[in-house]
Amino acid sequence: MSDAAIEVVDLSKRFRIYHERNQSIKIALMRGRRASFEEFWALRDVSFEISTGSTFGLIGPNGSGKSTLLKCLAQILVPDSGRVVAHGSMSALLELGAGFHPELSGRDNVYLNGSILGLSRREIDRRFDEIVGFAGLEHFIDTPVKNYSSGMYVRLGFSVAINVEPEILLVDEVLAVGDEEFQTKCMDKFRQFKADGRTVVLVSHALGALRQMCDQVALLDHGQLQIVGDPAEVLDAYVGAVHSEHTGAIPGQNRWGSGEVLIDKVEVLVGGRGVDAPATGDDVTLRLHWSTSAPVAEVVFGVIFHTLDGKPISGPNTMDEGFVIDCRGRSGTVDLQLDRLLLVAGEYDLALAAYDTTITHAYDHHHNAFRLRMRAGGPGDRHGVVTFAPRWDAVPAPKPYKRWLPAGQRP
Amino acid sequence: MSVVADVRSIVSRRELLLNLTVRELRGKYKGTVLGWGWSLLNPLATTIIFTLVFGFVLRVPPPTGVDGLSNYALFLLCALLPWNFLSAIMTGGMGSLVANANLIKKTAFPRQLLVISVATAGIVTFAIEMSVLLVVFLFFGVNSLFFIPALIPLLLLLALYGLGLGLLLSVVNVYFRDASHFVGIFMQIWFYATPIIYPRELVDRVIVDNPWVSTYQLDTLYALNPMVSFAEAFRDLLYHQRLPEANQMIYLVAVTAATLLLGMLAFNRWQGRLAEEL
Repeated sequence: MSDAAIEVVDLSKRFRIYHERNQSIKIALMRGRRASFEEFWALRDVSFEISTGSTFGLIGPNGSGKSTLLKCLAQILVPDSGRVVAHGSMSALLELGAGFHPELSGRDNVYLNGSILGLSRREIDRRFDEIVGFAGLEHFIDTPVKNYSSGMYVRLGFSVAINVEPEILLVDEVLAVGDEEFQTKCMDKFRQFKADGRTVVLVSHALGALRQMCDQVALLDHGQLQIVGDPAEVLDAYVGAVHSEHTGAIPGQNRWGSGEVLIDKVEVLVGGRGVDAPATGDDVTLRLHWSTSAPVAEVVFGVIFHTLDGKPISGPNTMDEGFVIDCRGRSGTVDLQLDRLLLVAGEYDLALAAYDTTITHAYDHHHNAFRLRMRAGGPGDRHGVVTFAPRWDAVPAPKPYKRWLPAGQRP
Repeated sequence: MSVVADVRSIVSRRELLLNLTVRELRGKYKGTVLGWGWSLLNPLATTIIFTLVFGFVLRVPPPTGVDGLSNYALFLLCALLPWNFLSAIMTGGMGSLVANANLIKKTAFPRQLLVISVATAGIVTFAIEMSVLLVVFLFFGVNSLFFIPALIPLLLLLALYGLGLGLLLSVVNVYFRDASHFVGIFMQIWFYATPIIYPRELVDRVIVDNPWVSTYQLDTLYALNPMVSFAEAFRDLLYHQRLPEANQMIYLVAVTAATLLLGMLAFNRWQGRLAEEL
């Protein structure tokens, strides 16, 4: 048996765009054909393999063909050429609760939906309690689903689909379901899925989640497969590609700009000395070293801090503080002073940027140019992204608790 | 052959067919006070209306059946129920793909099952109606129970014929939404072109009285209508208590096989782009 759970070979899918959609026989007869339409390729010669037991992510801008590809994998759409070979049972979570009948009870709908997903009655009997328990709908299972809240509806749909326990699970942008508690349950279920050696294919725009969950990610654009590979690499390429309209003299998908001013290096300084990992609360200086290939009189420098899953934290730039840098010389440095840097322990991706004063033209934009590591400065510096440097007070006066106080302040 | 593969995939998903059928049956009368009562009240109302109009006012003479039975309402029901059955499968099957667009666009399963489940749900309803009719016949002193073994294959044959038409029309309806309106008109014509409210003998008399009917082969056309043979066959078994003519049955089997094959091939041909067109 092959190691691949899904093989996609030269897959192409064509869609019709109707200009004047007249589904009437009269007009069809008058024209001698149905309606005028244009064809476009939603997918063009896409080939890749998904290995058994891996979690595979599909990303790309809207309209890039992700969902079309997923529907081809799920055998909902029939490709125009090429083929999809799946080894193992498959279940697709394209829309939760698709196929629920509003008038029927939750119980009947579980059986109906389960059998659509390919379960036999006996298999559903066996999993019924688990399905209902997972959705948390024990009290409402005999109520018609038309009376369900949208959250209940979606939870039941998700619960059925995920308890089918297929060997291959296809998921389209449905992870953001239900409340916090339910989300946690879902993530646990996904982890368990993975631990059981099942294959998961995810389409999502939640790049952070993909980075955490996937073993491999494929980037689609205009129906063509751009790259398949390591999540970090592909996601960075994707974030780069989103800005590719700015691409100028600097090649590469993570870095773009016209190149007159280049940021060559960044140094992390604490108290004037270079450090590997500053501690939370340190006065940190980030020193950007720049060089020029052509003189520019007014340059705006900026640094953008991201969490590793790509969420921006802060993006200070010189213009917001009322400065531009004169880059008519060959090289120089710009210091970003961060008095009491309150990022908690962990790693952060820094983007470095040099722009013109309109902030629309990039001389150099380097995404994820630098990874900053922070140490905890105190016991509270481990939760979240930043600390608020809190101080507590109370009436009656709070009692010091020696364990957590810095050495010098212990009573 | 694709048809064989189709049948195999349908058989392997019979649990889903069962559930879709149950959904069809339960969903139909859900939320109504009378519930399943409606499935009997509807034909009862039609019977009363037609009996009053055609049997009482227009005085259509019911033929003499077994043991001198002559009752317009019973005569009507023998053909009306099969007609309603066919009509339900055809129009229900035709709309089934459009009605379940969401399911087709989001899940993968043999799409034929949606049409077939309309037919199986129709069989259940029809079987109940026929059982009630048999009881009514008993009430009038006619015991047709020993014709049940002949009624069942006839019922299934009619179901398959309707299914063939349903499969064909369901895909056509996705591509041409006008189809449902055309079929609405066509069904009215077909209803009166079938001996349901009148006995076939009346038509035979018209043919004899008007030679031009034969000249233009209209009598042949009339006889070719499969529902004429179906209506006659049901009446033979129930009203006259005799077996239908063999050549009529052979014709029905042939027509059903051809229709079903055509329906399956058409469905197969056009089902590939269903998820896009809906």
